[in-house]
Amino acid sequence: MTMLVPSPWRADFPAIATLQRQDQTYLDSAATTQKPQALLDAISHYYANGAANVHRAQHLPGAHATQAFEDSRSKVAQWLNAGDSGQIVFTHGATSALNLLAYGLEHLFNAGDEIVISALEHHANLLPWQQLAKRRALTLVILPLGDDGVIDLQAAAELIGPRTRLLAVSQLSNVLGAWQPLEALITMAKAHGALTVVDGAQGIVHGRHDVQALGCDFYVFSSHKLYGPDGVGVLYGRNEALHHLRHWQFGGEMVQQADYHSASFRPAPLGFEAGTPPIASVIGLGASLDYLSSLDQQAVVAHEAALHDYLLRGLKARNGVQVLGSPHVALVSFVVEGVHNADLAHLLTEQGIAVRAGHHCAMPLLKAMQLSGAIRVSLALYNDSDDLERFFEALDQALDMLR
Amino acid sequence: MSVPVEAVAALEAFQAVGSWEQRARMLMQWGERLPALADDEKVEANLVQGCESLVWLVGRLQGGHWQFAASSDARMIRGLVALLLARVNGLSASELQAVDLPDWFAQLGLSRQLSPSRSNGLNAVLQRMQDLTRTQK
Repeated sequence: MTMLVPSPWRADFPAIATLQRQDQTYLDSAATTQKPQALLDAISHYYANGAANVHRAQHLPGAHATQAFEDSRSKVAQWLNAGDSGQIVFTHGATSALNLLAYGLEHLFNAGDEIVISALEHHANLLPWQQLAKRRALTLVILPLGDDGVIDLQAAAELIGPRTRLLAVSQLSNVLGAWQPLEALITMAKAHGALTVVDGAQGIVHGRHDVQALGCDFYVFSSHKLYGPDGVGVLYGRNEALHHLRHWQFGGEMVQQADYHSASFRPAPLGFEAGTPPIASVIGLGASLDYLSSLDQQAVVAHEAALHDYLLRGLKARNGVQVLGSPHVALVSFVVEGVHNADLAHLLTEQGIAVRAGHHCAMPLLKAMQLSGAIRVSLALYNDSDDLERFFEALDQALDMLR
Repeated sequence: MSVPVEAVAALEAFQAVGSWEQRARMLMQWGERLPALADDEKVEANLVQGCESLVWLVGRLQGGHWQFAASSDARMIRGLVALLLARVNGLSASELQAVDLPDWFAQLGLSRQLSPSRSNGLNAVLQRMQDLTRTQK
């Protein structure tokens, strides 16, 4: 029998075969992805051919490392179509990029100002703003969702107003798998002169996005979800918005002039990259982007859509399965009537199905839905319909035992 | 060192298990045998923090012997907790201190349930038990 949805890219990811030999079916790519051979080669090449620090030394290894590091910056800028509109800052993850914003922009806020986020934010795009609001006596405004898991634009139009100083929203929910109406939200925020931050941690992985067309001031994502190494995050900042960003962490080559009692600092991007950056990982991210750029983008999007459809249909065909929201792409979260998600997770784990269970770092969202947790199946370009068949078989077996 | 009768029974049952299905079914059976916890004990103060499910644990030192009771809204963790209580209930304070609980779960073939990445809560339950025994000496 031929497979319904094969992945032509599966063999490019050596870990998938290894996991399969261990009877593990990896369906947790929204947490982190497996890596292409091209990335493994790039990191191995860097370490085998002479590691060196960047932006410091005159020697040849230093020049090579700096060149490769800066090439990655250009590749990220191209991936986002940043052009000359802004700068790419490397951070240690999406979380640290959002924290950089919440501290670096703090001086712009006065008591009573409002920060607007949505009800579906990952803790990484909730807690930095929540804590900033506490430090500065600001109001954190939460945009509600419709039943489909999409931010309610009518409500947003009422809640985004003259006191709004900043809007920070996810592009694609890590729990509900729904694209968010960024353009409308960004337009509303801009009309009131507010800064706009997009958490692209999930969105960046699916399709291509153009930060100039989006029109946001800041766009954040993490490398490890985009088939790159961990320990690297990306902050795109529009030039005008970056002028507002104050230096946050200090040390290393972010300094221009230092005295015992005073110092001056570089502008973006280097001024926001204190300490030695994760050089090998940044170079590895560049290799992952080269690999992704070499793929037929339309074929990838079509594959992901076909797999997602397969997953969604299979789940909906099963008795008692309740899908959270109306996921568009990438993932499906679900609960089963009368079955505790922890029990289901236990039995799926026993059968080698690697999915995520629990609150998915979005506790307030799950609480609002009156759920203690949910199971999330998430997809990547290396998954195929056989992976999903194994999952369905394990799910049926687990439900059989639990009901 | 004394091993409670219940623990001996658990050990025999789990060591005879061949497949993951059998082990899972047996865990659920042990969970079902766990005596119900009174509603007034299912309160926030008795809730174990750090579990994906709700787990309540209470413990009292009665006549020099520990008696724990517990409950959960999830069946697998209830089974794991039942196996834990089978091993520790009735022990004296010094006996309880000497029990190697990770080894106990290893003997049952359940050591994976204690790996650091597991958020099912068994680790949190053990921690809570330790806290209870420390504060009630």
